[in-house]
Amino acid sequence: MSTTIDDEVTPATEPKPTKRQRRAANIADAASGGLKVLLLKLLMLGLVDAIAIYAVIILASAGQWLVAAIVGVVAVVVNWIYFSRRKLPAKYLAPGVIFLVVFQVFVLIYTGYIAFTNYGTGHNGSQEQAVSSLMASSLQRVEDSPTYPVTVVDQGGTLGLLVTDPDGEALLGTDEQPLAPVDADVEGDRAVAVDGWTTLQFADVIARTDEITALAVPFSDDPNDGALRTPDGSSAYLYLSNLEYDEAAGTMTNLDTGTVYSDIGTGAFTSDSGEELLPGWQIVVGFDNFVRAVTDERLAGPLLYVTLWTFAFALISVASTFFLGLFLAIVFNDMRMKGRKYYRVLMILPYAIPSFLSALIWAGMMNESFGFINQVLFGGASIPWLTDPVLAKFSVLLVNLWLGFPYMFLVCTGALQSIPEELQEAATVDGAKPWAVFRLIKLPLLLVSVAPLLIASFAFNFNNFNVIYMLTDGGPRDSNAPIPVGFTDILISMVYKVAFTGQTRDYGLASAYSIIIFIIVAVISVIAFRRTKSLEELN
Amino acid sequence: MRVNTKSLLAAGAVAVIATLGLASCSGGDSGSDGEASSSGTLTVWVDAERVDALQAAADAYSEEKGVKVELVGKDNADIKDDFIQQVPTGKGPDITMGAHDWLGELSTNGVVAPLELGDSAADYLPVAVDASKYEGTTYMLPYAVENIAVLRNADLVPEAATGFDDMIAKGQAAGLAQPFVVEQGAEGNPYHLYPFQTAFGAPVFGSTDAGYDPSDLQLGNAGGDQFATWLGSQGKNGTGVFNTDIDGDIAKQSFLDGTAAFWLTGPWNVGAATEAGINVAIDTVPSPTAEPASPFAGVKGFFVSSESKNKVAANDFLVNYIGTEDVQLELFKAGNVLPALTAAAEAASSDPIVAGFAAVGAEAVPMPAIPAMGAVWQYWGIAEADIINGADPVATWQKLAADVQAAINK
Repeated sequence: MSTTIDDEVTPATEPKPTKRQRRAANIADAASGGLKVLLLKLLMLGLVDAIAIYAVIILASAGQWLVAAIVGVVAVVVNWIYFSRRKLPAKYLAPGVIFLVVFQVFVLIYTGYIAFTNYGTGHNGSQEQAVSSLMASSLQRVEDSPTYPVTVVDQGGTLGLLVTDPDGEALLGTDEQPLAPVDADVEGDRAVAVDGWTTLQFADVIARTDEITALAVPFSDDPNDGALRTPDGSSAYLYLSNLEYDEAAGTMTNLDTGTVYSDIGTGAFTSDSGEELLPGWQIVVGFDNFVRAVTDERLAGPLLYVTLWTFAFALISVASTFFLGLFLAIVFNDMRMKGRKYYRVLMILPYAIPSFLSALIWAGMMNESFGFINQVLFGGASIPWLTDPVLAKFSVLLVNLWLGFPYMFLVCTGALQSIPEELQEAATVDGAKPWAVFRLIKLPLLLVSVAPLLIASFAFNFNNFNVIYMLTDGGPRDSNAPIPVGFTDILISMVYKVAFTGQTRDYGLASAYSIIIFIIVAVISVIAFRRTKSLEELN
Repeated sequence: MRVNTKSLLAAGAVAVIATLGLASCSGGDSGSDGEASSSGTLTVWVDAERVDALQAAADAYSEEKGVKVELVGKDNADIKDDFIQQVPTGKGPDITMGAHDWLGELSTNGVVAPLELGDSAADYLPVAVDASKYEGTTYMLPYAVENIAVLRNADLVPEAATGFDDMIAKGQAAGLAQPFVVEQGAEGNPYHLYPFQTAFGAPVFGSTDAGYDPSDLQLGNAGGDQFATWLGSQGKNGTGVFNTDIDGDIAKQSFLDGTAAFWLTGPWNVGAATEAGINVAIDTVPSPTAEPASPFAGVKGFFVSSESKNKVAANDFLVNYIGTEDVQLELFKAGNVLPALTAAAEAASSDPIVAGFAAVGAEAVPMPAIPAMGAVWQYWGIAEADIINGADPVATWQKLAADVQAAINK
């Protein structure tokens, strides 16, 4: 809706628009084009609605009622916004807001939710899934039992297994009826049909997979003889289960040892002695993860020094890149410098190369025995750039300086050029020395426009996963720490190690850490932004 | 009349958003991953490099049984995590390709269904059948067995070494400063050092009939101390044979440049060596003791999802189809890794390289898949790297054993 008077549009809540507002709305309508545009609008909205309706049908058929409802409501709201004669701000805001909700708000809320669950290795699905998985893996094939060729047969909806035992005798049984001898038609060494029962073809077997997977035919009247099951519809094997699930009591009993495992609210069947049967299932555990993150002695020690290092890393990175960038910007801003253009292009190069690549190349150059720096620059010295705890920290900061100063250089160049020349001239006339001019006039004016960027840069470096991961992967490892954390790990890379490496993932704990990191960065940013307000009074 | 681009853009944006929104709302289910399988379609996740090899088998199976098999190429690095996360949602595949050492994690998360090999179990290499089991239950249909061996540059050193010291001596006689390379890294690489560790009689875990026994940690036994002492003597302050600055790329480059004659690595690197025109021979790992040096065997195979709606077809496809010689050979051609089916392994062993790896594999032991192994990996490499770099061998090794034991007991 192109218009020039969007500042005069009123919210629809006001009962009587003034004359001026009515006129504005009319102009807005007129500006919104003619018939062709209207048709196009209809076409576009029709497309959106078609997609939405299709999605709702699909989602509803998959039983995703909540998502279906959300999609339906959003579609209705979108139509309402774009067919209304007013709502101009909404027309502009709607797309962005929808994007924001889908890609930011939803992710944040979901992470928040995970932080309050025990989601991780061993607590991956629902209780129902855990039970069925436990029952499936508790089936033990009876030792030395033969493979029985089998034909799946059906009688009025009841499935049976037509089995040929090793002597060539045909036996038939169902879920209820143990195996009993029958007269059957035999092809080769396999009974294939029996009177009164329909033989299922492979396609029918596939179609009734669920029933066949659940079908267990008792071998005899004695349950301890086990039951026949067929995993593929053509061979059956004799199984005994060593676990029994009591749904009413919610307990699992190990038939070999007699141990009873019950659901005690920890998300896994647990015996009296505290032994857990895994897989367990996902449950909401409240603030457990947060409490564990700060009190668990295995995590608290590393957490403290990793947090300190993260602050140091972020602050030193911001300061070093800013001052180097500023210094270069001032130097290249000087009219007496020849070939400034070319230098500036060179300065941008580190910024133009993807940081993943740069960090990897630096890692190669800093290799103790084979790296370019030791071999060529230091004539074959063996300086442990990335393997000594202190030097590795220095290396990480150095590489981050290399990656970050061009950005600051660009920003400062822009900010410097916007400072009027007259100020410098006036100060010089008043007899100020260059350093005083810089310190008292240029720097404060510069900070007005650059301070917010410094805060953003701090937040970025606080979570600068790429550099750490690519350069040292957090190493050198602290061999005394109980979790695989290293001397250059920052919080985010430590969280990554907790959640995504090794064989025990802990998504709940990692999400709790993420929220803690978010709170830290948010608080610092808010405080810093408030402080920078005082700078604005300079203008 | 003016065409009103803003409303166009806005409407277009809404359309895009609606689609994107829907796509992301429907549980992150992108089209390529396939829906929760309807009856009559098997969705199989395959390492992207092997899709073509399996395509013919999948088509033939569809032809014969009338079950559509849909292969989805996945990045090898993501398969395991995606599988664990997607199975509980009911949107995961019916079958996934994977490695046996995932079993502990897959089973702890309850995402794999048991698989009955039946009588065909006898047709596979014993190491493959052992590795497919977890706590006594079989979960995997094996298709390949992978282990490391020593690649020898036959132009530099024409005959195989009889032992570790002999290997170094032969290499130095050929005029090489660093005749033997093995990839390490700042955090060590215990997988590649394991053959030397077993030569000293220090496996990670003792084993019972049901597989490895997590309560029987053998790492810190007397053999372990001997191994640590030997490792220290071959490290930074000793002969310098092992060096944590030698990572995979540097080891590879040394061998390709001919500055190293022996390279301890896996079949995945043979192609690079032969393409570089090196006359490669495959030797067993030269042992520093009188005992053989047994590397880990990694067995690759297929798992059935515990939430699959198509278990019968999935079992039939794996046991009666992927378990056939033709399909196993087809997969072998794609990856050049020894097939797990004995008949196919024999056919593949006509290639001297494969035969060489198979001979080493005869000594190999399956890599433990028990979750306790996670605790071992966490400390193992770091301790070895410290020893190589001059830390007190026995003290470091004993601390490693204590750390691992503590992590297992926790």
